[in-house]
Amino acid sequence: MNGRDEDASSRDDGGDRAELRALLSENARHSIADLARLADMDEAAVEATIEELESEGVIRGYQAVVDPSRVEPEPVRALVECNVTLDRETGYDDIAARLVEFPEANSLRLVSGDYDFALEVEGDSMSEVSRFIAEKVAPVPEITQTVTHYIMDTYKERGIEMSDGHEDDRLSVSP
Amino acid sequence: MKLADRVEAVPPSGIRRFFELAEEREDVISLGVGEPDFAAPWSAREAAIDSLERGRTSYTANRGMAELRAAIAAHVDDRYDLQYDPDEEVLVTAGASEALDVAFRALVDPGDRVAVAQPAYVSYVPGVTFAGGEVVDVPTRAAEEFVLTAEALERHGAADAELLVLCYPNNPTGATMSRDELEPVARFAREHDLTVLSDEIYAALTYAGEHASIATLPGMAERTIVFNGFSKAYAMTGLRLGYALGPPAAVTAMNRIHQYSLLSAPTTAQHAALDALEHCGNAVAEMRSQYDRRRRFVLSRFAEMGIDCFEATGAFYAFPESPRADAAAFAEALLEETGVAVVPGGVFGAGGAGHLRVSYATGLADLREAMDRIERFVG
Ligand SMILES: Cc1ncc(COP(=O)(O)O)c(C=O)c1O
Repeated sequence: MNGRDEDASSRDDGGDRAELRALLSENARHSIADLARLADMDEAAVEATIEELESEGVIRGYQAVVDPSRVEPEPVRALVECNVTLDRETGYDDIAARLVEFPEANSLRLVSGDYDFALEVEGDSMSEVSRFIAEKVAPVPEITQTVTHYIMDTYKERGIEMSDGHEDDRLSVSP
Repeated sequence: MKLADRVEAVPPSGIRRFFELAEEREDVISLGVGEPDFAAPWSAREAAIDSLERGRTSYTANRGMAELRAAIAAHVDDRYDLQYDPDEEVLVTAGASEALDVAFRALVDPGDRVAVAQPAYVSYVPGVTFAGGEVVDVPTRAAEEFVLTAEALERHGAADAELLVLCYPNNPTGATMSRDELEPVARFAREHDLTVLSDEIYAALTYAGEHASIATLPGMAERTIVFNGFSKAYAMTGLRLGYALGPPAAVTAMNRIHQYSLLSAPTTAQHAALDALEHCGNAVAEMRSQYDRRRRFVLSRFAEMGIDCFEATGAFYAFPESPRADAAAFAEALLEETGVAVVPGGVFGAGGAGHLRVSYATGLADLREAMDRIERFVG
């Protein structure tokens, strides 16, 4: 449906592959040696499996999770709900293919419910983000309506909390 | 004031000394902690809060809320193939600790001999002593992966004991016992008419195969009391909730003491526990898989350092051989020079000397740093 490679090998994701995927999703900076220890594999197998996951497109990239409030100037981000109309020639994938080209588009997801696409946009200022939505997103012919929500604060991103977390208040040595 | 002799006979826990040493320093990474580093699952915490908001602050039935006992019985049947009647054979207590204490008091007469497989959790020996019993030390050995054998029971005089206490998955060794390995122990218990107290509080944290309870072996349910609780699997140590499972007469006897000393286990914790059983299976599975990764990490690091460590397959402990013969001196020097706290194995009784208990209930980043420091220290 989305045109991605769906041959059997990239879906067969059990065992070592699943474990490495889980470990890297938690912390992409684990060293190969640590991954080998954590997954109980040898280092060569870890490297080969990661290469496989990358070349098959299962792993698409690695990024730092940044707390936007600690960045100067703080980037402006917005969630944009987009409604679209489809016709015989144009499907969701075609519209998505245009939207993902914009560097301002951080993420784009097709969702169920009241609207079709959830688009996350990032820019240096509110006016830059507004202008991008008004001048680039809204005019896309198939997009019939956009609703923009500016993000005011971020508490958790990709499973990582932005607060400084819970103190370890356990006794330092206990039975 | 005069203190009772049986209290004076029990020295303060050897853990205490290391706790005090560790508390003196700022930068300690502790691998000496006997409890999870996770907080209790949010769903269970919310159930506790909710019960308070609804004003559920009364005592419960002595044996625990009927709904909780039913959930416990269903859970242990589902997970461990243990069948207990929630009305007659389940006692909810303030931690497995209280369950163990009332069991010793309910079952041990002054002078009775109680065999305790060791190294073991630090409460059994004092618990037996407070109840007036005499402890028969039954050491297990690194060479046998700290599994309890019928030969060890025989050799150390357990045949004329009244009770046998064992704990698998084990604190401090991380050892587990399979059904096949439990079989000869069960036979020994039947032959010598021993009552078995089986502390299975780490049952959910078993990493190779399924946990086997000795109570599921033929002829054992009627002579075994199983102890379990919410502290380890559900990371609920501070809520203080556990339970005992056993034949009606034993549970009734234990409840006789419990009803006078506790009346009932903490009500708020019972609500959290009920939710834990109903909704927190995934959280337990997630914590277990985190522990398992750390376990593999720690075992590999020890192997690479040339430190001998048998493959612990349960709880959240590794039990390596101390790089220096005097494990207590090693642990002290390690703490002093690197700020890494571990507990010398001798604290856990017979068979523990010369080893170190290394808890991996610590985040991976700290665990990595601690292992680096140990490596530099022994290198
Ligand atoms: C083997 C063992 N049994 C019992 C306990 C006590 O558990 P609870 O918190 O349920 O009293 C512990 C706690 O460290 C333990 O390790």
